[in-house]
Amino acid sequence: MTGFASPLTGYLLVAALLFAIGLAGALVRRNAIMVLIGIELMLNAANLNFIAFWRYGPHPEALTGMMFAIFSIAVAAAEAAVGLGLVIAIYRHTGTTELDKINRMKG
Amino acid sequence: MQATMTFTPGSAPSVIVQNLWLIPALPIVASGVMALLKQSRRKLASGLAIGSLSVSLLLSLIAFARVVGQWAAGSVTRETISFTWLQFGSATVDLGWVLDPLAAIMLVMVSFVGLLIFIYSVGYMAHDENFTRFFCFLSLFAGAMLGVVISNSILLLFMCWELVGLTSYLLIGFWYQKPSAAAAAKKALITTRVGDIFFFLGIVWLFSQTGTLLFYNHGVGSLEGLNLANLLPAHGGLGLSAAGAIGLLIFAGAVGKSGQLPLHVWLPDAMEGPTPVSALIHAATMVAAGVFLIARVYPLMQIGAAPGGTTASLTVVAWIGSVTAVFAALIAVAQNDIKRILAYSTVSQLGYMMAGLGLGGVAVGMFHLITHAFFKALLFLGAGSVIHGCHEEQDIRRMGGLRVDMPLTFATYGIGMLALCGFPIVFSGFWSKDGILEAAKHSAAIKGPFFLLVFGALLTAFYMTRQVCYVFFGYWRGHGTAHESPRVMTTPLAILAFFAMALGAIGTPAWPWFHAFLENRAATLDMHAFGELGFLALLGTSSLVVFLGLGLGWWLYGNKSPKPEAPDALEQSAPWLWTPLRDKLYLDEFYGATFVAFYAWWARVADWFDRRIWGGIVSLVAWLFGLWAKLNRALDVYWVDGSFDKTCEELSNGGGLLARVQSGLVQNYLRILAVAVVALAAILLWSSRP
Repeated sequence: MTGFASPLTGYLLVAALLFAIGLAGALVRRNAIMVLIGIELMLNAANLNFIAFWRYGPHPEALTGMMFAIFSIAVAAAEAAVGLGLVIAIYRHTGTTELDKINRMKG
Repeated sequence: MQATMTFTPGSAPSVIVQNLWLIPALPIVASGVMALLKQSRRKLASGLAIGSLSVSLLLSLIAFARVVGQWAAGSVTRETISFTWLQFGSATVDLGWVLDPLAAIMLVMVSFVGLLIFIYSVGYMAHDENFTRFFCFLSLFAGAMLGVVISNSILLLFMCWELVGLTSYLLIGFWYQKPSAAAAAKKALITTRVGDIFFFLGIVWLFSQTGTLLFYNHGVGSLEGLNLANLLPAHGGLGLSAAGAIGLLIFAGAVGKSGQLPLHVWLPDAMEGPTPVSALIHAATMVAAGVFLIARVYPLMQIGAAPGGTTASLTVVAWIGSVTAVFAALIAVAQNDIKRILAYSTVSQLGYMMAGLGLGGVAVGMFHLITHAFFKALLFLGAGSVIHGCHEEQDIRRMGGLRVDMPLTFATYGIGMLALCGFPIVFSGFWSKDGILEAAKHSAAIKGPFFLLVFGALLTAFYMTRQVCYVFFGYWRGHGTAHESPRVMTTPLAILAFFAMALGAIGTPAWPWFHAFLENRAATLDMHAFGELGFLALLGTSSLVVFLGLGLGWWLYGNKSPKPEAPDALEQSAPWLWTPLRDKLYLDEFYGATFVAFYAWWARVADWFDRRIWGGIVSLVAWLFGLWAKLNRALDVYWVDGSFDKTCEELSNGGGLLARVQSGLVQNYLRILAVAVVALAAILLWSSRP
C-alpha cells in the first residue's frame, strides 16, 4: 500500500488511536472529571488531524491548519473551564460526581 | 292595519259619535293594565276597574243625552262611523260603530249595572286572593259587552261577542280549583260555541249576499235599503227566503248566548262562578246580548212580513222564547240552590224577551231586557249577600228567618222578587211583562205563546214565593249565625231596588216613552190608555195570575220551616211531578246519552284509528330508521372508531418506547451518538467505495 509510504497515514493513525482512547474514556468512566479528560483527548485528536492534513496537504505554505489548531485549543480551554464549572456546581448540588447517579437530564 | 276614516260629506258625525269607541276601549285598556299588576295591588286594581267604567258610564250618559236630544228635536237619531279594516279584491271588511236609541239605552244599562256590580264585588271578593285577576276579567267583560252594543259591523259585533264568551268562560271557571267550576266553564264555552257556529255561517252568508258587513251605512248597509230588499227574493232553502234563513242562523247564535231551549243547559251550571259574575254576566248583561242581537238585526227578521203578520224567523223566535219561558220556570220550581233557581228564572225571563221580540217587536223585548237587567242583578246580588251572610251556604233548605238577621237584604230582595213576579202597578217587571203578554194576546199570526206565557207568569210567582219563604221566613236552620253584609254590598242593592220599581214608569201604556224612543216616534201622555177595556182585562188577568202564584206558594211553603232533610211540600203531594222537575227534565241526561255519547264514541274510533293505523305507520318508519341507525352505529364503532383508536394506541406505544431512550444519563446519550456516528461513517464509506 502506498498509504504507509506517506507519513500522513502514520499521523492519522495516531490521531485515530487518540480519538478512540478519548471516546472510550468519555463513554466508560463514571467520574465526570475523567469524562471531561476523555473529551479533551478527542479534541486533541482532531487538532492532530488539522495539523497533519495541513502539513501534507496541497498548500503547506499557508498557515491555515496551524490557525485552526490554535483556535481549537483556545475553544477547548474555554470549554474545559465551563465543563469543570458545571461539575463543581453539580457536585455542590448533589454531593457526587458519579454520572450514574445524575440522571435528571431528561424530559 | 290601515284605518281610513270615511266620512260622508254633508253629515259629519258629531264629536260624541267620533269618540264613542272610548266607551268600550277604556275598560279594555284598564283590564290590560290590571293583567300586568301584581296580585297584591288590590286597591289599584279595583280603582282602575271602577274608575274606567265610571268614565264609560259618564260617556254613555252623554251619548244617551245626545240621542234623546236628537230625538226630541225630530232629527236623525242614528249616527254611524265606519272604516275599512281589510281590503281584498273588490270586497272590503268594514268595521264601525253606531249610536242609535237601541245602542244608547244598552250602553247606559250595561255601564250602570256593571258599575254597581263592580262596587259590590269589592266587598264580595274582599277575601279572595285573586282579587286583581277577578277585576281584570270583569273589566275586560264590561269593555267587550259595550263593544257588542255599539258595533255597527256584524264582524266587530262577532269579535266582541266571542270576547264576551271568553270572559264568561274565564269567570265561570274563576275558582278553577273546584272541578265543578272548571267543568261548568268548559260546558258554557262548548255549548255557546254550537250556536256561534251557526251565527258565523249567518254572517258569512249575509256578507256574500249583501257584500257589506256594516249594518247601517247611509243606505248601503246590510240592514237598509236595496241590500235588505234583495235578500227577500233570494232563495234560502227549505222554502225560506235568504233573509229568513240568515235570520234563523243568527238566532241560533242568540239561542246559545241567551240560554234558549235547546242550548240553555250551560246557564244554570254557570252559577259555579262568583256571585257578582252570575249577576253581571249570567243575568243582567251577557245573556241579554242574544236578545240585543235579535233586536239589532230586527229589520232582517221582519222583512217580508205583511202588515199585522209575521215571518218564519220571527215565528221561530216567538215559539222558542215562549217554550223556554215555561220550560225553565217548571225546572226552577224544584231546585234547592238559591242561585240555580235564579239561573232558571233567568233562562225563563230571556224566553219572555225573545217572545216579546218575536211577537211585539224590538221595543217590547228590549223593555223587558232593561227592567230584567236591573231586578235580576238585584236578585243575584241579594242572593250573593245571603250566601255571604250564611257563610257560603247556597242550599235554601239550610237558611230561613233571614228577614230578621238581614233586614236590608230582605227588603231589597223582596222588591226584586216582586218585580220578577210582575206584581201589579209599582214594579217595573209588571209593565214589561205585561207588554209582552199584550203583544202575545194581540198577535194575529201566532196564537199559542200567550197561554204559555201566562202559565209561565204563574210559575214565576210560585217559585219565587217558594224561594223567599225558604230563605227569609220561618226560623234559622243553617249553622252558625247569619249576619248582614257590609255597606259596600248593600248600597248597590238599594240603588238597584230603586230602579227595579222606578223603571216601570217609562214604559206604561199611558206614557210609552221607551217604546216611542226606540221606534223613533213622539212620546205622548195618554191617561185614557189605562181605561181601555182590553188593557183592563189584561191587567186583571195578569194580576190574578200573579196573586194566584204568590198565594199558592205561600199556602205550600209560607212560614213552615221544614227540616232540611224533610221532603219538599210539593214532593209530598205530587212526587211524580217533583222528581222529573228536580232532575231538570232529564235534558242533561238526554244530551249525555246522545250528543256526548256519540262524540265519546267517535273519539274512541278516532283514537283507535290514530293508535293502530297512523301509529302503526309511524312506528314502522321509526323502526326502519332505528335499524338504519344501528347499522351506522356498528360501522362507526368497529370501523371508524376502531381504526382511530388503534392509531392512537400505536402512537402512544411508540412514544413510550422512545421515552425510554431519554434516561437522563448523559453517557447513554453519548453512547448512542457514538454508535450513530460509527454507523453513519460505515454507510458513507460503504456507499463511496469505488
